[in-house]
Amino acid sequence: MVVVAVIFLVAGAVFLLVSCVGLLRLPDFYTRAHAVGKAETLGSMLILLGLAVYNGVALSSLKLLLVLFIIALTNPTATHALTRAAMRSGLKIWRAEGK
Amino acid sequence: MGSARREPVVSTFFLGVTVFIALLFVASLYRIVTGPTVFDRAIGVGLMGTNAILVLVLIGFLYNRIEMFVDLALAYGMLNFIGVVALAKYFERKQESE
Repeated sequence: MVVVAVIFLVAGAVFLLVSCVGLLRLPDFYTRAHAVGKAETLGSMLILLGLAVYNGVALSSLKLLLVLFIIALTNPTATHALTRAAMRSGLKIWRAEGK
Repeated sequence: MGSARREPVVSTFFLGVTVFIALLFVASLYRIVTGPTVFDRAIGVGLMGTNAILVLVLIGFLYNRIEMFVDLALAYGMLNFIGVVALAKYFERKQESE
């Protein structure tokens, strides 16, 4: 069980690193929202799943899965709301040079 | 139950993951400080809130108090969502009225 939990945690940490690199390196708001909204959700879900596997059968594992469910529900919704607000307020979409 | 045994190697690994996620706070902090638009700052705040949930749960495992810290993480997740959606609604409405 510990090995499975460690695998989940390492995979989740890699996805969190990817989302933070995307937040730093990508050129405009929409691409950053793309990086954060998906990689961040998957990374945190993997980490919480690994911790729930490590914790075994207990009430706190059920609560960890509830936190996972809430993150899976709210994180893409918040990103979508922000992106829609940016679109409606007229933020320009980034284009590559020469296109 | 599962919280009875704690191998020291696994505890050190959890400490390493916690420090790694805490270092990732610097990335979202940089984006919050230097974000060109207010939406960049808002998405940095959202990312920081999600990382804070993970750090809370990992600290619960480090101190063997997971039953308490998972409730804190649950409440923090809901507050984070409400905060980001309120920011989005506010700036959307603010641009429309101009």
